[in-house]
Amino acid sequence: MNIIACVKQVPDTEAQIKVKADGTGIEEGQIKWVMNPYDEFGVEEALRLKEKGGGTVTIVSLGPARAMETIRTALAMGADKGVHICDPALDKADAYVTASALAAAIKGMPYDIIFCGQRAIDDDSGQVGAMLAELLGIPQLTIVTKIEYAENAIKAIRPIEGAQLLVEAGLPCVVTAQKGLNEPRYASLPGIMKAKKKPVDVKDAAALGIAAAAKATVAKTVPPPARPPGKIVCGDDPAQKAAETARLLREEAKVI
Amino acid sequence: MAQGVWIIAEQRDGALRKISFELASTARKLADQLGTEVSAILLGSGIESLAAQLGKYGVDKVYVGDSPVLEPYISEAHAAAAAKIIKENDPAILLVGASVQGKDLAARLAGKLETGLATDCTDVKIADGKLLSIRPMYAGKCFGEIVVNSNPQMASLRPNVFPAAENAKAAQVVKFDPAVDAAQIKSKVLEVQKDTSGKVDLTEANVIVSGGRGMKGPEGFSILEELADVLKGCVGASRAAVDAGWRLQKDQVGQTGKVVSPNLYVACGISGAIQHLAGMSSSKYIVAINKDAEAPIFAKADYGVVDDLFKVVPELTNACKKLLA
Repeated sequence: MNIIACVKQVPDTEAQIKVKADGTGIEEGQIKWVMNPYDEFGVEEALRLKEKGGGTVTIVSLGPARAMETIRTALAMGADKGVHICDPALDKADAYVTASALAAAIKGMPYDIIFCGQRAIDDDSGQVGAMLAELLGIPQLTIVTKIEYAENAIKAIRPIEGAQLLVEAGLPCVVTAQKGLNEPRYASLPGIMKAKKKPVDVKDAAALGIAAAAKATVAKTVPPPARPPGKIVCGDDPAQKAAETARLLREEAKVI
Repeated sequence: MAQGVWIIAEQRDGALRKISFELASTARKLADQLGTEVSAILLGSGIESLAAQLGKYGVDKVYVGDSPVLEPYISEAHAAAAAKIIKENDPAILLVGASVQGKDLAARLAGKLETGLATDCTDVKIADGKLLSIRPMYAGKCFGEIVVNSNPQMASLRPNVFPAAENAKAAQVVKFDPAVDAAQIKSKVLEVQKDTSGKVDLTEANVIVSGGRGMKGPEGFSILEELADVLKGCVGASRAAVDAGWRLQKDQVGQTGKVVSPNLYVACGISGAIQHLAGMSSSKYIVAINKDAEAPIFAKADYGVVDDLFKVVPELTNACKKLLA
C-alpha cells in the first residue's frame, strides 16, 4: 500500500507565545519546535497500516528549513521517505496554499491513503486535511478516533455532538486523526540513526507549479481579550462560601 | 460584483440546530451594515418546512436543496450542492458553523470555491467593506484578525458565542436542484450511534461542571454529577482526569479535547494550565474551586473559592437547589 502522512512542525504546547509589538506575528526566538501532536497520530496509524499489510510510508511536509527535523523524526519512527516542500515564498502559506502545495506534491506519487492531523496546534485552523481531499478529488474522513481497514475501503468512527458516526470511504481518501486514534511510538535510537540515511526530496513552489499568494491573511496578531478581574468569594466555612457563590451566580452573573 | 451575506444552515434529524440561528443573526448584523440581504442554504431531504424558522432570525431568502442524496450529511455531496448555488449567486460573505459538521464542510467547500476561510471565529465585523474575522490561535494564547482576499469571504463561527437575536424577515424559499450525482459520492454513513446519556454534548452545554486532578479519582466525580444535575448541566474533565482513566476522552475540555462556550463553567480541582484554558476561555462565567490559592485558574475565574472542593461542591449543590426551588 502507498501510504502518505502529512506532518507540520509547530511550537511545543508549553511554549510561551509573545505577540510582536507591531502585530505581525509571534516572537519565534525562544520556541522549541515539535511535530504537531495530531500529526503524530497520523504517522503512527500509517506505520501500523504498513506493518499489517506492507507498503511504504511517505512523509510530506510544508515548512521552512527547520521542518526537516520533524520529517526526520517521522522517518525515525519508521517511515520510509520524505518530501520537504521548502520555499521562503511559502512561509506565510495559509490553509489554501498549504493544501495546494501538498496536493501538487502528492499528485506526483502513487497513494492509497493519506493521513493528516485533525488540526495544527499553532494556527488551530483545521482546514488542510479536508481541503487536500477536495483538491485531490477524493473523499475525506475528518476527526477520526478509530479505523478499520477493508479491501479498497476503510471504516471509521467520527464523534459528532451527542453521537458517533460509523462511516465508510473508498480508497484513496484523506483521514484526519483525532486524539485517541492510537498511542504514537517514540523513535528508537536505531530508528534515529537509520532516519539520517532515508531519502528526502526537497521541492520549492516553482517545482510544484503552485501560486504562493494566500487567500486568507492574518492582518494582525493581537493578545487575547482580557477578562474583567474576578473575585475570591469570602466566607468562614465551605457552606458560607458555597451559599455566597450561589447567590452571586443568581443575582450578579444571572446564569442560574 | 460579489454581494450578499450567506449562511449554511445546519439541520439534523429534521430540526435546525441552534448554530443555524446564531449564524442567521450574525449574518443579519453584517448585512445591515453593508446594506445587503441575508440568504441561507438549507440542504437535506424533506426539510423545506424548516426554512420559515430561519426568517425569524433575519434571513431574507432560503435556497433549499432537497434530495435523498443530501441525507444524511456527507461532505462531498453537501460541498457540491452548496458550491453550485453559491457560484450561481456570487455572495460576498459566507458564514458556516464551526460545529463538527460545519468544520468538515467549510474546509472542503473553501477548497472547491478556491477561497479563504477563517475557522472557529469568536467575533466577526465589517472593516472597509470587507469581513474581518477574529479567531483564537496557539490555544488562545493570541488572536488573529483575518482578512480573506477572495469571494466569498468565508468564516466559521464558534457555537454558543454569537447571540441568536430575533429579527423577522421573509425567508422566501427558492428551491434549487442540488445536481449531485450519487455515483460520484465515495463515502457514506453506515450507522449513527447515539450517546444514550440523554445529556447534550459539552460543546453545546449551557452549564458545565468540570473536574481535574484534584478530584483524586473517578468516584469524586459523583459530587460533580449532582451539581450538574441541579444546574441542568454536563460534566467535563481536564486532561489529567482523562489520562488517569477517571473520565472518557469525550469529556475532556482543553487544547487536545473539546472547546466549550457555556454560560457557566465550574472548574473543580483544576489548576488552570494554559492547555485547559484553551478549551474553556469562551465561557461567559467561570467559577473555580480549588484549595490551592496559587492555582493559575483563579486569575481567569470570575468567582474563586479557595477551599476543599469535597466540602464546597456538595454545599454549592444544596445552595443552588434552594435558590432554584
